[in-house]
Amino acid sequence: MAATLRPYLNAVRHTLTAAMCLENFSSQVVERHNKPEVEVRASRELLLNPVVISRNEKEKVLIEASINSVRVSIAIKQADEIEKILCHKFMRFMMMRAENFVVLRRKPIEGYDISFLITNFHTEQMFKHKLVDFVIHFMEEIDKEISEMKLAVNARARICAEEFLKRF
Amino acid sequence: MVERLTFFGLDPITCHAWNKDRSQIAISPNSPEVHIYRKTQNDWVLADILKQHDLRITGIDWGAKTNRIVTCASDRNAYVWSQDGPDLKWKPTLVLLRINRAATCVKWSPVENKFAVGSGARLISVCYFEKENDWWVSKHIKKPIKSTVTAIDWHPNNVLLAAGSTDFKVRIYSAYIKDIEDKPQSTCWGSKMPLGQLMTDLPNNSLGSGGWVHDVSFSHDGTKLAWAGHDSTISVLDGESDKVTVLRTTFLPFLTLLWIAPNTIVAAGHQLTPMMFQVSRTGECLLLQCIGKVKQTEQRKEHGGLSAMRKFQSLDRHARVINEEEMELDSQHQNAITALKIHSGSKENALKISSSSIDGQVILWDLQTLVRQMKQLAI
Repeated sequence: MAATLRPYLNAVRHTLTAAMCLENFSSQVVERHNKPEVEVRASRELLLNPVVISRNEKEKVLIEASINSVRVSIAIKQADEIEKILCHKFMRFMMMRAENFVVLRRKPIEGYDISFLITNFHTEQMFKHKLVDFVIHFMEEIDKEISEMKLAVNARARICAEEFLKRF
Repeated sequence: MVERLTFFGLDPITCHAWNKDRSQIAISPNSPEVHIYRKTQNDWVLADILKQHDLRITGIDWGAKTNRIVTCASDRNAYVWSQDGPDLKWKPTLVLLRINRAATCVKWSPVENKFAVGSGARLISVCYFEKENDWWVSKHIKKPIKSTVTAIDWHPNNVLLAAGSTDFKVRIYSAYIKDIEDKPQSTCWGSKMPLGQLMTDLPNNSLGSGGWVHDVSFSHDGTKLAWAGHDSTISVLDGESDKVTVLRTTFLPFLTLLWIAPNTIVAAGHQLTPMMFQVSRTGECLLLQCIGKVKQTEQRKEHGGLSAMRKFQSLDRHARVINEEEMELDSQHQNAITALKIHSGSKENALKISSSSIDGQVILWDLQTLVRQMKQLAI
C-alpha cells in the first residue's frame, strides 16, 4: 500500500470523528420541521467550515458539517477512460439504490463522485466509530474494486480479441 | 461505585429528571412520551407514561418542592404535570408559551414559582401561574438572541437567568416578574433588574473561534457561570472580577456540565466519559480527572499468534487497530451523554450524579468513591 494512503486516511478519520458530533436539532426557520441543516443551508451560524482533504488533485474528500448532519463527498481516482466509465457506472448503480445504503446521498456534490449524508438519526442508531470505519473502509475498497474491474475488462477484451483473430 | 440503569431499552434518552427523594425518575426515550420509573427493592418498574405531546420531548424538569413536572417538546408546547386527586394520576396543564418553533430546554426556578423555556423561535419564555385566570402564562425575553436557545440555568436568587445559544453567545438576563415576587436584591451581576434586562453578553470564546453553546450552569452561590461550547472549550466567568477563563481541551465537544463543588465542574458529552475540572483560586480552569474510564482493560482477550500481523495490517489499511470482536468502546456509555443531573447532594457538595446517553443508559456515578480511588491511584 502506498505510503501516502495512511496519513490520508488518518486525516479523514480524525476529521470525521470531530465532524460527527451531532445532535437533534429542530428547524428554526420552518415550524415543526427537522431537516439536515447541511442540506437546507438556511441559517449560516449552524454550518461549520467545510474541510477538503486531498491526497492528490484527483483523490480528495470534502467534509461539510453542521449541527445535525454531516455531508462527506469523495472524489475517486480515475486515471484513464476505462476507470472513468467504470467509476461512473458503479456509483450510479449504488446511488440508484441509495435507500438500501442508509447513509448514501442520491446525488453527488458537484466535482465529486459520491456523497454520503450522515444525520443525527444515524448516529443515534449506529455506533459512531463504526460509521467512521465504514466511510474509511469504503474509501479504501473502492479503489481496489475499480482496479479489479479494470483488470477484468482488460482480460475479457484480450480474450475477445484472441477469439476474434483466430478466424483469420 | 457505578450503578447502571439499563432497563429503559435501546432508544436514546434525551433527558431525565429525578423526584425529590430520588425514588422515581422521569425519562424521555426520544419520543413524545415521558416514562416515569419507580424504584422497587432491587429493580426499576415503569410507573406511569405521560402522553400529551405529539413530537419529541426536549426537556423535563421535576420540581422537588412542589412535586410538579414540567415538560417541553419540539411541538412548541410545554405542560405542567401535577399529581392531583386520590388516584395520584399525573394531570397536564397547558402552558401558553406563545412560540412558533420547537422548545429546546426547560427549567424550574429555585423557588419553583416560575420556569423558563428556551426555544428555536430565538426567545426565552418565562412562565408563571396566573391565579385570576387559572393558567400558566408567559413573558418573553427576545433581545438580542439571534439563534436557537440551547441551554438555560437559573441563578439561586430566583431572578437571574443564564442562556446559551447557537449564535455563539452566553447571556444573563433578569427574569423578574413583578406580579408575583418582591423586588430582588442586587447581585454581582448588576442591580437594575426589570424583566428582560441584559446583564451580561459574552461570546462563547473571546478568542474568536466561536462554537455553539451547549450548556450553561451557575455555581451554587451564583457568582460564577460556566459554559461548554462546541469548540471543545469550558469557560468560566467570575461575576465578581468579571474575568473569563477559557480552557481549550483536546476532547470532543461537551454537551452538558454541572457544578459539583464550589470550585469543581463535571462535564460530559461526545467524549463519552464525564470529566472533572477544577477552577483554581486565580481563576484558571484545569482538567482534574476523567471519571469514566473504568472498564477493566485486562478483560480484553489477547488474540492468537496472528495478532501482531493483523494489527499491522489493519493499521496499514484502516489507519487504526481494529479488533473484530471488540464492538464496544472502553467507556461506560457507548454514545454521547445528553444530560448530567445531581442525584444526591447539591451544587455545593454533590455526592452522586447521574448521566443519560443516546445509547439508552442512565448511569449513577458515586463521586466520593471515585475521587478516593483516583487519589489512591495517584499515590
